[in-house]
Amino acid sequence: MKVHLRLLRFNPETDGEPHFEEYTVEADPMDRLLDCLHQVKWRHDSSLALRRSCAHGICGSDTMLINGVNALACKVLVKDMKQPVTVEPMRGLPVIKDFIVDMEPFFAGYRAVKPWLIPDPDAHEPARERIQTPDERERFDDTTKCILCAACTTSCPIFWSDTEYVGPAAIVNAHRFIFDSRDYGSRERLQILSGKGGVFKCRTAFNCTAACPRGIKVTKAIQEVKRAALYDTF
Amino acid sequence: MVQVHHYDAVIVGAGGAGLRAALEAGKRCKTAVVSKLYPTRSHTGAAQGGMCAALANVEEDSWEWHAFDTVKGSDFLADQDAVDIMCKEAVDSVLELERMGLPFNRTPEGRIDQRRFGGHTRNHGEAAVRRSCYAADRTGHMILQTLFQQCNKEGVEFYNEFFVVDLLLVDGSCAGIVAYELASGALHVFRAKSVLFATGGYGKMFKITSNAHTLTGDGPGVVYRRGLPLEDMEFFQFHPTGLYRLGILLSEAARGEGGILRNSDGERFMERYAPTIKDLAPRDMVSRAEFFEIKEGRGTGPDRDYILLDVTGVDPEVVEKKLPDITEFSRTYLGVDPLKEGVPIVPTAHYAMGGIPTNVQAEVLRNHEGDIVPGLYAAGECACVSVHGANRLGTNSLLDLVVFGRRGGVAMAEHALGNDLLDIPDDAHKPSQDWIAWLMDGESLESSAEVRTALQDEMWDKASVVRTEESLAHCLEEIARLRQRLGRSKVKDRSKIFNTELVEHMELGFMVDMAEALVVSARARTESRGGHYREDHQLREDDHWMKHTFIYKRDDGTTELGYKDVVAGRYEPVERKY
Repeated sequence: MKVHLRLLRFNPETDGEPHFEEYTVEADPMDRLLDCLHQVKWRHDSSLALRRSCAHGICGSDTMLINGVNALACKVLVKDMKQPVTVEPMRGLPVIKDFIVDMEPFFAGYRAVKPWLIPDPDAHEPARERIQTPDERERFDDTTKCILCAACTTSCPIFWSDTEYVGPAAIVNAHRFIFDSRDYGSRERLQILSGKGGVFKCRTAFNCTAACPRGIKVTKAIQEVKRAALYDTF
Repeated sequence: MVQVHHYDAVIVGAGGAGLRAALEAGKRCKTAVVSKLYPTRSHTGAAQGGMCAALANVEEDSWEWHAFDTVKGSDFLADQDAVDIMCKEAVDSVLELERMGLPFNRTPEGRIDQRRFGGHTRNHGEAAVRRSCYAADRTGHMILQTLFQQCNKEGVEFYNEFFVVDLLLVDGSCAGIVAYELASGALHVFRAKSVLFATGGYGKMFKITSNAHTLTGDGPGVVYRRGLPLEDMEFFQFHPTGLYRLGILLSEAARGEGGILRNSDGERFMERYAPTIKDLAPRDMVSRAEFFEIKEGRGTGPDRDYILLDVTGVDPEVVEKKLPDITEFSRTYLGVDPLKEGVPIVPTAHYAMGGIPTNVQAEVLRNHEGDIVPGLYAAGECACVSVHGANRLGTNSLLDLVVFGRRGGVAMAEHALGNDLLDIPDDAHKPSQDWIAWLMDGESLESSAEVRTALQDEMWDKASVVRTEESLAHCLEEIARLRQRLGRSKVKDRSKIFNTELVEHMELGFMVDMAEALVVSARARTESRGGHYREDHQLREDDHWMKHTFIYKRDDGTTELGYKDVVAGRYEPVERKY
């Protein structure tokens, strides 16, 4: 079948402003949008710039605004897209070229919440693994799925307008440790998240939950972190 | 414009092996990681099933049994000294990852849970054993995330979206690398006392593959073009359960949890091929069994060209809890619900057993006599130690990359601390600059995208699960033609900022080299062993072929082969039955 694409193009070396260009490619209904973009690049215009790697929703490279909604180009199938398919770079991060945005502000927010295990400072290095029950492990399972694709953060209206806000993905990754029974860094993390760029910026728009390609209940995780910050419930 | 950087240690690639090495080297000396992707985009993250180690958390196990399985799985081509090291260090490697915070699944007692996996047995083949430590079916994702977290904690320095284009050697010793920065189009020279390659595989040379678009063999390609050998390139693993048409991987864990392979008659055909462990036989055997089932007309579907993976007999809660990702892949990409019906699958090009030859310290070998290149290291899938021999067992790749990534990181730091930076000429970047200038100059008479598709089709048809002298000879001729066509292809996009066409063109160049090395090595090996199956030489020939292939590219473009004996050990080669 024919697929009509409207792609928001921007070449910083020649263009003053982004502009739409239209393409028509031949595709199977079960093909991914990424396959269509590759057809554009490989047959029509080789200068089309996008990031992609695994092509099956695991590496988190190809987040784009597809028909107005953030998604991975490799997880949206042709049969499920309304035509013409409008593709734009994700919002809230500086566009470098076509669908490539500067990811650094996103990763800066991520790093700000200390997303690594902070072990008990008084405990001896264990000889075997630390004991963690299946229930304790289950407590933070949902937020371990994050692939740092930025679909949630760049769909958040607060993040678009407030450069201080660390954004949903950073909070998801903080949640992953705050609710891990092996972690002892929650106090410092929650202090950071109670601050100006932290979790109370969230206005529960739920865009993040809708955008997550991994099905993480992002808004719920953010609410749990808010409660932990207020009531020490971790 | 060229920028020059100075480091003690430079690691190329930011997947599991690269990040694991970076944690060790970073503690000891000034270290940088150079990667063409953001670290978390690396394909380690796609690994699903687990990482084997004889923790004996759920049943009796020992590292010797693990070593036996690895050697037998390798069809006796693995070097047994290296296998012993890997299986012995496996236990500490898993515990170390747990200490870093990796969220393994747990037993009711709170210990790391373990499950069955293909080719892993108790007491030298008696029955399947629970050895794979796992985190649902996203163990690789958890390893990659955990190592990335630790690198952030330790403040490891990253150069993201820098594409390696050359290796600098001075009098046979490593002096650094040259990389192309995607964001600016500038070349960077990284002078370093030691360099470790951890660039992953090159499965994208095949039409149907589980590999990412970016797995194009750049690391081995750069090394090979500098006259250094590649080892055992003919051994490529075809995984038995790739999604039909797409090649996306469905983990062996599906069979570990009780999934069954069926042909068009609904028959559990693996009972005929591997009566003891059936569907959990090693991957090379299962992929071949599928190939012959389809060839003999027992494939499923309108074209009788696929097999069904049946998990309908597995407890639905186990499927949803322990195999969530592969369930989602089937639903998303094929519209098939594994809880209700069989999932169409085919063999898919999955893993390169061969690569840059190293010893057990991850030091790169300069020849088949075993001499090293001072200051140069490799680890993970791009390297060949060899712990996987002719066929890798499931879960041993994640193990390989943490064990030898760690060893490489330690060794490269020790080398860096005891040596000075080597002097390089001012124009060390010149060959890279000339290459890029040539690609960006003049009219393009061929489409590199078409050359890539033709290469992938040819490699799949002629050099994949089953090979013959005829198919390989045909393939080699086609590769020569494709190389000529690529020589007439230029990069049409002349921009500097994120010129991804240029990168894809260079990647394809490396891939053509990898394909040629694979086919030349495969043609010379007139036996069948592990992942290398010759329909015209169906038996394993231990009298002649207990040796590793080394392939060299000479300056005039010709290839040359050499051989190195397999390191023997406790386990004598026997017929491989399961």
